[in-house]
This record gives sequence, structure tokens and C-alpha cells, in this order.
Amino acid sequence: MNGIQTDVIAALPEIFVLSMAMFILLVDLFIKPANRIAIFMLAQLTLLGAAFITMTTHVASVTYSFSGMFVDDPMSDVLKLMIYLTTAIVLVYTRTYISLRGMFRGEFYALVLFAVAGMMIMVSGQHFLTLYMGLELLSLCLYALVAMDRDNARAAEAAMKYFVLGALASGMLLYGMSMLYGATGSLNISEVGSSLLNGVQNRPVLILGLVFIVAGLAFKLGAVPFQMWVPDVYEGSPTAVTLFIGSVTKLAAFALVIRLLAQGLFVLAIDWQGMLIIMAVLSIVIGNITAIAQTSLKRMFAYSTISHVGFLLYGIMSASVNGFASAMFYIVSYVLMTLAGFGMILLLSRKGFEADQLDDLKGLNQRNPWYAFLMLITMFSMAGVPPTLGFYAKFAVLQAALQAGMIWLVVFAVLMAVIGAFYYLRIVKIMYFDEPKDKSVIKTTTEMHWVLSLNALALLALGLMPQSLMNLCAYAITLSLS
Amino acid sequence: MNNISMQTIYLLIPLLPLIAAAIVGISGKVLPRSLAHVLTILGVGGAFGLSVLVFLDVMKGHIFNGTVYTWMTTGDYTFEVGFLVDQLTAMMMLVVTFVSLMVHIYTIGYMHDDPGYRRFFSYISLFTFSMLMLVMSNNFMQLFFGWEAVGLVSYLLIGFWFTRPTAIYANLKAFLVNRVGDFGFLLGIGMVLFFFGSLDYATVFQRAPELADIWVSVVPGTQWSVITMICILLFIGAMGKSAQVPLHVWLPDSMEGPTPISALIHAATMVTAGIFMVARMSPLFEISTTALSTVLVIGSITALFMGFLGIIQNDIKRVVAYSTLSQLGYMTVALGVSAYSVAIFHLMTHAFFKALLFLGAGSVIMGMHHDQDIRNMGGLRKYMKITWITSLIGSLALIGTPFLSGFYSKDSIIEAAKMSHIPGSGFAYFAVLAGVFVTAFYSFRMYFLVFHGKERWMEKKHDHHHAHDDHDHHHGLAPNEVPHEQSWVVTLPLVLLAIPSLAIGYFAIEPMLFGHFFDGVIFVNESVHPVMHELKEDFHGAQAMALHSLTSLPFILALSGVVLSWFFYMKRPDIPAYIKSKCSLIMYVLENKYGFDSFNEKIFAGGSRFIGSKLWKIGDVQLIDGLLVNGTANLIGRIAQRVRRLQSGLIYHYAFAMIIGVFLLLSLFLLLSLFMKV
Repeated sequence: MNGIQTDVIAALPEIFVLSMAMFILLVDLFIKPANRIAIFMLAQLTLLGAAFITMTTHVASVTYSFSGMFVDDPMSDVLKLMIYLTTAIVLVYTRTYISLRGMFRGEFYALVLFAVAGMMIMVSGQHFLTLYMGLELLSLCLYALVAMDRDNARAAEAAMKYFVLGALASGMLLYGMSMLYGATGSLNISEVGSSLLNGVQNRPVLILGLVFIVAGLAFKLGAVPFQMWVPDVYEGSPTAVTLFIGSVTKLAAFALVIRLLAQGLFVLAIDWQGMLIIMAVLSIVIGNITAIAQTSLKRMFAYSTISHVGFLLYGIMSASVNGFASAMFYIVSYVLMTLAGFGMILLLSRKGFEADQLDDLKGLNQRNPWYAFLMLITMFSMAGVPPTLGFYAKFAVLQAALQAGMIWLVVFAVLMAVIGAFYYLRIVKIMYFDEPKDKSVIKTTTEMHWVLSLNALALLALGLMPQSLMNLCAYAITLSLS
Repeated sequence: MNNISMQTIYLLIPLLPLIAAAIVGISGKVLPRSLAHVLTILGVGGAFGLSVLVFLDVMKGHIFNGTVYTWMTTGDYTFEVGFLVDQLTAMMMLVVTFVSLMVHIYTIGYMHDDPGYRRFFSYISLFTFSMLMLVMSNNFMQLFFGWEAVGLVSYLLIGFWFTRPTAIYANLKAFLVNRVGDFGFLLGIGMVLFFFGSLDYATVFQRAPELADIWVSVVPGTQWSVITMICILLFIGAMGKSAQVPLHVWLPDSMEGPTPISALIHAATMVTAGIFMVARMSPLFEISTTALSTVLVIGSITALFMGFLGIIQNDIKRVVAYSTLSQLGYMTVALGVSAYSVAIFHLMTHAFFKALLFLGAGSVIMGMHHDQDIRNMGGLRKYMKITWITSLIGSLALIGTPFLSGFYSKDSIIEAAKMSHIPGSGFAYFAVLAGVFVTAFYSFRMYFLVFHGKERWMEKKHDHHHAHDDHDHHHGLAPNEVPHEQSWVVTLPLVLLAIPSLAIGYFAIEPMLFGHFFDGVIFVNESVHPVMHELKEDFHGAQAMALHSLTSLPFILALSGVVLSWFFYMKRPDIPAYIKSKCSLIMYVLENKYGFDSFNEKIFAGGSRFIGSKLWKIGDVQLIDGLLVNGTANLIGRIAQRVRRLQSGLIYHYAFAMIIGVFLLLSLFLLLSLFMKV
């Protein structure tokens, strides 16, 4: 009895979010369209409640539950809080957009909350099956979200591509897991880890499993050569969904990487380091160079994501506590920057107008200097210009890579960052020096205005005082991996 | 008072003006005009009040040196924001906040009709913050921050009337010339970090003697002392900021800015930052007599030759500007002869009387409806009584009239130069002595031309105006107008500044120069540079010093300067005109300011433009643009187009790419693992 109680307490946030998602579906059946705002409030309330539960049940130690399939450690708590926060921001940014496009329905919020639950399970999974279940819960919700705008042919196409390729990647991941199961005889991450430490296994089988697992992870992150879906899905999805896919889900993908590579397969670090190096370098090159040729803002952000993933991998491939912590810092920074960038696209779009082309930003400074300034901070941060958050994020991962002795890789990354700065700064140029194409007044809701302002200013503030966030990441990683 | 509350006060002193500046600057036109000056004056007034508290606390012996905030740590280096509050800092804080407060009040009157009213207040409050950060810092990094921040505000204010081409030219010039100085300064700081491994003053000063005998070979075959290099590089920074020859060229042009900032920034505070910095670094400079000699010679050249230029100026503000240059030279001379406390003493007295002179000049300019040409003035004493009296006090203090503040500081500098024996001191003594006569002559030339004699503005002959101070005004008096005194916001600061100009020297000389005020702050190696010690032996009280001086050479020189200018410009105006016509060569040299400007214009600016255009055509357009930038960009662009084509949009291509990716990774790592086994 006592065991069940601890199990339930450990998974209380997940249970709460899932119940609320179902409750929202039910409420949506009976609510008048005019009162739909209540659904939005309920969803926000859910995230707030989950945050409250996570905070109150937080302890600075690692607790296993459900026979070791589920874990509650500082890293999972911190990442979950980040997921709640960023999802809440996503919901604020997307409300106007989806209501103008007929997607302001209960399903949207229920799907987002189910996806959140999936991410939470990924973050807390300590077993191949738990992780896989969380991943699939998330993925299925995302496929549905992409296709939410049913009459939109491009969205449907994007959803189809995402689904087929995602299934392929899931298959690879599952295949890799089964290989490891064959080699070690366990599906539990801790047990796989200790089993690898103890004995000599069939090395080719291990490598085979590892490659498939890394491929699956790389697909989720969007690293080259598994990045093909990213631009098409980013561009084809409704911007509201792109925002969700591009930001929050990366936190869960990061957790998956840490659980599998840093906790389960740390003994094989030498091997996965090599794979990550190849993917990191390719991601930075392809991401940065292809981004230059884009005219669509969403596609540009897609390639920018790919290059950011490259930098993230620099932190992970350092294979040290410091490296993982800086990678966590990077992913959190990345999510905040992406939120601000896509938030601006959402803010500028109107009914029947998407604001997703570079030209749509022309002369933004003349139309609204404050928004131009916010976008300026965001672009500087993405490019890694000090003193923004993006600079410290790049600085941290590159420092970790330097400590791991990868000098030339770091030099290369810095050079590529310079190339990358081009397309971010081009946006600044377009905003400040070009004549606006359309001079209509930008209208938005008060809450969006404030949240977006805070979001962008946070990039500056955290860049000036990065220590608190850095300490949080170091705290989460150190306690969870020891 | 306990430590914690004192620390809060230290923090509040720079923050109050900063907050005021931020509120006024950001809210812009939303804020009512009256609130703009009320807020900033409250901020600066608060800072002044707290500085008085701090000064009293420091006088009780409470010195603070600590970190307020650690900005970042990289490897072995820590970059911090910290305060060092000792006697020198406390005194500078008093001077800065007091003069700034006076200027704030004065500005209400001076900028009354200007559309940039709020912007101006925001800038000067921001300046006060930056200057306070500069003087309060306990490390080189924060010093550099303050250094650049005051510079920034200074450029902004020189170009305050940014629609005027001359203002933009002047602000660009100030910016460029200061780059030269800052380049040296930054190199100096870099060397400090490299050789001492720390930017903290206390650590650096403590380790300085260890480096006395370290030599480096920068140019092969020569050995340079590290400390000398550091000191000279730091002093190059000071030359830029404190406008020493040959980096002085920006200061006269900076008069394009509104008069209140000429008083605050380009006379009383910012330009003395270099002097303050060298005094702060006395433990370093004391080690290197070579560096001190350099300082001394540069200072003497500035003191004398910039004074000459003051004689031929006709713009009231430019006369005062050249006088500032010359006085900065005096302070530098004092630094050069190891009389740091004398330099700081002169810095303080000069801040009061020079701010007074500038504000007085501003009052005259307002009275004359923005006509700045002293040839159009005359006889103003009848119409502007307070301005007249206070300007007279300021001029008397400047030329070193016994018992007035300027006398004590200036005479001490002359005495110190006389007693020094380091190389260059002979020239320095001559320069500062001759400078006394020159100073008296140009100061009273201006005084007589403005306040006495014929009322030349009645004649209304001059329809061309040499310089202007406000583009929105119709310049000069209307035919039937007479000059008028200003409201109390203008005259009150004049009166309040006149008081310390009169009296502060008398009271402060004994504690500051010969007492224990600067013990533990300024370091003098008395065995090598015994100047202060000898000065002390000759000193028998402030009163005795003043009485004794009545028979001394400087006094006679000053007196003859005054008499001669009276004779020339009041009695026989034909003589200067005659001299002018006869000595055309000297006039040519002086009018061209020794050719510094045309030299810079032709050689540096022209040369850079030439090199620039060549580099642009050959290097940039052909090599870099054609080959590297556009070449690379074209290449990358072409690659980008290629890679982009890979993104075919066809799902089986994507799936194929993934499978190929897995296949390649698999083969590579399986092969690798096989090899590793073997």
C-alpha cells in the first residue's frame, strides 16, 4: 500500500495533467463557443497546478518509483517546470492566432496538454518502455496538431511527412533499444548502465543498438542527417503549432538524450561522442549555410534550429557533468529565444495574413519601434552577440567542449557562428533600414504584448546575469547524474 | 554608522542619478518639463547630500574597499564591480556632485526654451552617474567603464544640437581623438592584467614594486621597463581625456555643446579624470622616473602653449576653453613632479572657479541673446551685476590672486616645479611661471572686453557672428535691447560657486597638501622624489604663504599681466591692433593653433582617407569583396542553393536520407570498433 502511495505521489503531476486534459475535452462538449475562453483559462490553470504540485513534491534527491521505471530527480523537476512555463507562454502567444483560423477549440488545448503529459513522462522515464511510451504520446499529439487545420493542404502534407518519418525514427529507436536489451538483458536504464559497466558484451551488437538509438534521438532533435522533416514541418504547420514543436518539445528531446546517453550508455561515451561530433559539425554547417538562402522566416528558423542543435550537441559530446549542464543551459536559452522569435511572427500575423516571410518584417521599426527592438534582442541572442543570453549559451557549450580538448571543433563552431550571424543580422537590417511594405497598425492583445516583451527582455536580463540559470542547470544535472 | 548602511549609501550615490536619468530619458515627451528637472535635481541633490555624509565618515577614518557585484569569472581572472571609498574618492565625489548639482540648477534657466530639455537633463544625470562610477571604482575594469561612459555622454552632449554640422564635426573629432587615447589606455590595462594577473587596485599596487626591475623587449634589440610602459600607456589615455598636447585638439571644438556641459564636463569634472587617474596610480608612476618626466614635459607644453592661444580668441567660450587646457597642463606638471596631492588640490579649486567662469560666460551669452563674440560686448557690468562680480571672482581666482583658492593651488604647483630635479623640470618651471603672465593677460583681456569699456553692442556693426550657441535663436541683441541679468536659477549657482572659489584654498591647503589627508592614498617615494617634503618645510601656514607671495615673482607676473591687458584693451586698443599687423607670422601660427588641426586634417584624416580609398579600391573591392566576401558569399550562396535543392519535399527522399545516414554511421562505427579490437 505504501509503495503505491509513493508511486502515485511521484507521478502526481502527470496524473493531474492527464485528468485535466480529459476534463477539458468534456467541458468543451458543453460549452458555448462564446465562452471558449474558459478552456484557455482551464489549460493555463492546469499548467499552474502542475507547477504547484511539482514544486511542493520537489526534493533535492533522486526517487525511483513504479519498480524503477519512473524517476523523480532534480533534473526532471526543473525540466518539467520549464515545460509548464514555456507551454503557458505558447498558449498565450497562440490564442489570437488560432481563434482567427478556426482552431480555437477544446481539442487544441487537450492535445497540447496530452503532449505535455507525454513530455513529462519522457523527462521522468527511467526505463526504455516508459521513455518510448512518453515519446509516442508526444509524437501522436504533435501529428494531430500539425494536421489540426484540416482544410489546409500544406498542413496536411506536413503532418503526413512528419508522421511517416517520425514512425521511421521511432522504429529505429525501438530497434536500437531491443538490441541493447539483447546485449544487456534489461530495459531499465540504471540496470543497463551497471550491466555495461560490469561485463564485456557483444560489442558489434552494442554499436548496432547505439547507432539506431542515436539516429532516433537525432531525428527528435533535428540533427543532420535526420533533419529533413524540420523545414517542411516548420513551414507547413500552422505557426501556432510550429511554435510548440520548435520550442517546448526540444526540452523533452534533451531529457531523452540525457536519460539514454548520459545515464544509460555512459560507458559507450567514446562511441557516441564520435557520432555526435559528426552530427554536430554537419548540423552547424548545413543549418547555418542553408538558412542564408531562405526567404521564408519559418524556414529560416527551421535551419537556425538545426544549427542550434549542433551547438547543443557540442555540450553533450563533451560527456562531462559540466558539458551536460551547459547543454541544458543551451536548450533552455534556445527555447526562450525560439518562443520570442515565433511569438513575433504570431504577433504580426492577422486573419488571412501569416507574416512568415522575411519581407513581412520590412521597416518594422517604423511601424512599431518597440517590437522591432524586441526582435532585435531576439536576433542578437540567436546570433550569440554579447551580452544576450544566446552568447552565454554558446560560450558555455564551447567552453565545455574546450575542456574536453576539442579545440579545432570549437574554432570551427565559432567560424560557423559568424556565418550564422549573417542571416540574423539581415533581419535586423530589414527591420531598421528597409521601407515597410504594409503600414497597417499592429494590433495585439495586452497579455501578448506584455508576455512577449518580458520574454525578449528576459533574453537580455539573463544575458547580463546568467549565473542564476547556470546554477540551476548545474544543480539539476549534478544531483541527477551522480 | 555601521558598515551595511554605509554600503547602501555607496550604492545609492551613483544609482540615484542613474535612476533619474533613466526615468527622464525613457519616458521622453510623456514627462512634463518641470518633472524632468525636478527628478534629476533630486537624484543629483541626493547624491550630493550622501556624498557629504560619506566625506564626513571617511574623515573619521572609515575607508571602504570591497566588491559589490561579481560580473564574471573566467579562468584565473575575476571581473568585478567594486567601490574604493577613501579620502581621494570622497573628495572627488563631493566636487563632482556639487558642481553637477549647480549645473543642473543652472540648466533650468539656460536650456529653458530648448526642445531637447528633457534629453539634456537625462544626459547630465547619466554623466554624473558615470563620473561617480569612475572615481569610486576599485579596479581597472570599472575605471575603464566609467572612462568610456563619461566619454560617451560627452560625445552625445557635444553633438547635442545634432542638426548643426559644426556640432557633428566637433563630436566626431572628440570621439576620434579619444580613440587614440583610449587605445593606449586599454593597452595599459591589458598589460596590467597580463603582468599582475589582477585588475584590482590594491593587488596591483601591492605587487608593483616586484615589477620594478622587469624588462621586456617589444622591439627586438631594445629593453623597456614594464612599469614605464604601463605608466606611459595609461598616461596616453589620460592625455586623451584630459586634453594634453597633442591630443588636446578636441577640447576647444567641444565648445559646440551647450554651455552648462562645457562647465560640467569640459572644465570641472570629466577632463580632470586623467589627472585623477594618474594620482590614483601614484604607486605605479612613482616607480618610473622616465614616465614622470614624460608626464612633466607634456604637461608643461600644454600649460604654456595653450595659454598663448587663449590670447587671440574672440569667442568667449573658447577663451575659457583654452584656459582650461592650460590649467590641465598645470595639473599634469604637478603630477610629473610627484606632487600628486597638489595636482588634486588644483583639480578641486579649478573645478569651482572654472565652472564659475563657464557658467558666468553662459550667463553673458544669454544676456547677449546668444552672441558669443567678445568684440560685440563691453560695459556689461552695469546690466549684469551678479554675473559681473562672480566672473571677477572667478578670474581673480584663476590668475592666482593671493588668498583666493586658485592662488594656493597654482603657487604650490609652481613651487613644486621649482624644487623638482627630474629631467624636464627646468623647462616645466619656466613654462608654469611664464604661464602665470599669460593666464593673467588673457583672463583680464576677456574680463575687460566683456564687462568694461564701451558698450559696443550699441553700435550694431557686427552682422557676422563668429559662433553661436543655439540654433533656434535669433542671435544677438535687437537694436534697442540692452543685456539683462538672468533669473535666480542662473545666478544662484554663480554665487554658490563663487564661495568656494574664494575661500576653499585657504582652508584646504594645509590638510590636503601638508597634513595627513592623503595618507595611505597617494604614494610618494620621498627618497627619489622629495618635492612634497621640501614644500612642506617651506610652508608656514596659509596666511603666511599669501603674504609672502606678494613680493614673489608669480605675483608680479600676474599683476603685470592684468595691468598690461588693461592698458592694451582699455586705454590703447590701437596697440594690440598694431602688434597684430606687425607680427603676422606669430599671429599666423597662433591663429592656426600651431597647425595641429591642419596637420591632423591633412596628414591623419587625409592620409587615412587616402589609404582608406586605396584599401577600399584595391583591398576591399577587388580582394576582399571580390575574392573573399563576395567570393565566399557567392560560394556559400551557391552551396546553399545546392543544399536547398536536396530539400526536395519528397518524402521518400527524406526517408532515404535518414536510412543512408544510419547506414553510414553504422558502417563507420562498426568498422572502427572492429579495428579497435585488433
